[in-house]
Amino acid sequence: MALMQISEPGMSPEPHQARLAVGIDLGTTNSLVATVRSGVPVVLPDAQGRPLLPSIVRYLPSQKIEVGYPAQARQADDPKNTIVSVKRYMGRGVKDVVHIENAPYDFVDAPGMLQIRTVAGVKSPVEVSAEILKVLRERAELSLKGNISGAVITVPAYFDDAQRQATKDAGRIAGLNVLRLLNEPTAAAIAYGLENAAEGIYAVYDLGGGTFDISILKLSKGVFEVVATSGDSMLGGDDFDQRVFCWAVEQAKLAPLGPHDMRRLLVKAREAKEHLTVHGEAPITAKLSTGEFIDLVLSSETFCGITQTLVQKTLGPVRKALRDAGLTVDQVKGVVMVGGATRMPQVQRAVGEFFGRDPLNNLDPDKVVALGAAMQANVLAGNKPQGEDWLLLDVIPLSLGIETMGGLTEKIIPRNTTIPAGRAQEFTTFKDGQTGMSIHVVQGERELVSDCRSLARFELKGIPPMVAGAARVRVSFQVDADGLLSVTATENTTGVEASVAVKPSYGLGDADIERMLRESVDHAKEDVYARALAEQRVEGQRLVEATRSALAADAALLSAGERAAIDQALAGLQQLIPGTDHRAIKKAVEALNRATDEFAARRMDQGIKRALAGRKIGSL
Amino acid sequence: MQSHFDLFGLAPAYALESEALERSYREIQSRVHPDRFAHAGDAERRASLQWTTRVNEAYRTLKDPVQRGKHLLELHGVDVAFETNTAMPPEFLMQQMELREALEQAVHSKDSSRLDSLRQDLRSSRSSLEHKIGEAIDANKDYAGAAGLVRKLQFLDKLDSEIDAAYESVE
Repeated sequence: MALMQISEPGMSPEPHQARLAVGIDLGTTNSLVATVRSGVPVVLPDAQGRPLLPSIVRYLPSQKIEVGYPAQARQADDPKNTIVSVKRYMGRGVKDVVHIENAPYDFVDAPGMLQIRTVAGVKSPVEVSAEILKVLRERAELSLKGNISGAVITVPAYFDDAQRQATKDAGRIAGLNVLRLLNEPTAAAIAYGLENAAEGIYAVYDLGGGTFDISILKLSKGVFEVVATSGDSMLGGDDFDQRVFCWAVEQAKLAPLGPHDMRRLLVKAREAKEHLTVHGEAPITAKLSTGEFIDLVLSSETFCGITQTLVQKTLGPVRKALRDAGLTVDQVKGVVMVGGATRMPQVQRAVGEFFGRDPLNNLDPDKVVALGAAMQANVLAGNKPQGEDWLLLDVIPLSLGIETMGGLTEKIIPRNTTIPAGRAQEFTTFKDGQTGMSIHVVQGERELVSDCRSLARFELKGIPPMVAGAARVRVSFQVDADGLLSVTATENTTGVEASVAVKPSYGLGDADIERMLRESVDHAKEDVYARALAEQRVEGQRLVEATRSALAADAALLSAGERAAIDQALAGLQQLIPGTDHRAIKKAVEALNRATDEFAARRMDQGIKRALAGRKIGSL
Repeated sequence: MQSHFDLFGLAPAYALESEALERSYREIQSRVHPDRFAHAGDAERRASLQWTTRVNEAYRTLKDPVQRGKHLLELHGVDVAFETNTAMPPEFLMQQMELREALEQAVHSKDSSRLDSLRQDLRSSRSSLEHKIGEAIDANKDYAGAAGLVRKLQFLDKLDSEIDAAYESVE
């Protein structure tokens, strides 16, 4: 009997070369990419040494696409084709976006998610985001001199299923292997907690460019447990700019502005806001296309006055999160400030007053999320030895349910449930001989379905005719570690199984994604085939490694016959990997996955038995 | 089917060994969580997702005083029957009605300190009820009696979430 278990599930027993993994903060205003280098998380700058990438994408008639600073420089000249703050539109329809009239774009209302008409064609927010991610991927590959094996992309904790799915799709289109979607406040807690060896209850107050999150976490050695999260996915630094903009329009008594002037003045408003972080007053001067001059001075008192309701608006979710966690303000040991908008002195003051303590901001609020994401990516890539890694327990921000009679919501998984989570509920037919049942999946806290977000509608067909109330339709919800939902419905009273499975898609079907993938490849002038082959090879190699290390650790769980079947599938895959037929590799990967199904389940059972046998593992 | 208590290696009792539960939960999670299998094959990722889901659900059930009671009684063959058995002693119902009236008044007068004190009272009645459930199940093995108490506790839980909603409307 081995005295020490050296390898852990999913980890190779022999030392391997570290996999290149990155963390990406896909922000409303700015985006960043970071990695862990020699054990230290670092933000990767561009060739000019700039760490931030403005989240701005400009489409040109030549089909050329500018991302970041070049696009930012042209935003006032070409407002309709220069997309800023695209994150606000992820997974959203036209009617969901507040003050959409203040955005200078040509919106196209599409089912599920809006689109934007540009000079280069109609673009989905997913494609626009993918352009930002692509630039970050290229930056990382250049800087790390190799292919990125996987990425963690952060999302606001309060993002719903539609917004998360849209983000993951953007990653895929940008050619990234998305290891995990990670909540921004949780990423910040990792960076902060590990830096400061924090223990106890912490609140992360994250006011970004377009979103607000509050998360309450319990930090104890090696475990980051989110106890409650809340927020507002339509509230951020942009709204402060908007208030300054409206103030300036009012003060200067301006007529409604065209898109160019609107963009120009919004840029000035943002500059004034930033100026007020360290100064008592800020000038706002601009020359409009109408020939009008704006020459105003905004004092910090006025700024505080016109934005006071916004600051107060963030405290509602803070109270709610504390209540959900069953905690009071004095139990919170520290408040971590995240997001550029927390630099505003009135935000710092309000949070300090609410919690009765000075907020913690010893890490750069612009970078802390990307750094935490990089640390988590490093763990997920398997680069950290057991005992030095940590466990992350996160939650879903909004309840998931289905519509019942009378347009009411029946909650199936309540908010703040630890993920992965799954739950099933039985429903029945209400008419004699009913053979179909339509199922409407919603997300939100309100009683009425019309007040919640609709995620998917689907129909379960083929229920054998029975009297009303006799059928038993089991609707199962499964939320994975990314916070993404899949739903299945099954009827099997009579032994005839009717079943359907859906993944909510928000108007972007698999075909759309395929098209965007193709187009994105065309732009990069890569060969579609070469890319598919490269992806399958990576996938195949990954599975070969994982299977080998599983066999090295737990071959004892298999009979000779079972072992032979796995060895055969493994050899089959290994033989195909150097070849050029990506479909054959894919088939071999699937075959090996099937062959190891039972083995995987047994290894998991064994893991649990070992855990209960009190075998201490690292620091947990 | 393995009980939630078995899963964590705990004795089936209403009085919860919180620390032991938490320790087992974390030890199991550290072995089965999807973060440990982000680079593994589909089979292992699927098995990990299933196990983690099951472990999370079991943990949540045991941590929740109403769900723990329900689960434990089911293990003893008693159905708490939240949906079908809504009969409650009249004096308990009276008391509930009074509490709800007080809640409405607090909302009406936007009095959050009144909500604080309602919550305080509710907390102490909940903990005394939990204590009684523990006695009924663990010491007296009076499962039918315990089922009635668990139903009462569910009433109080509901009131608790109404207080939450009231705070939101007062703020």
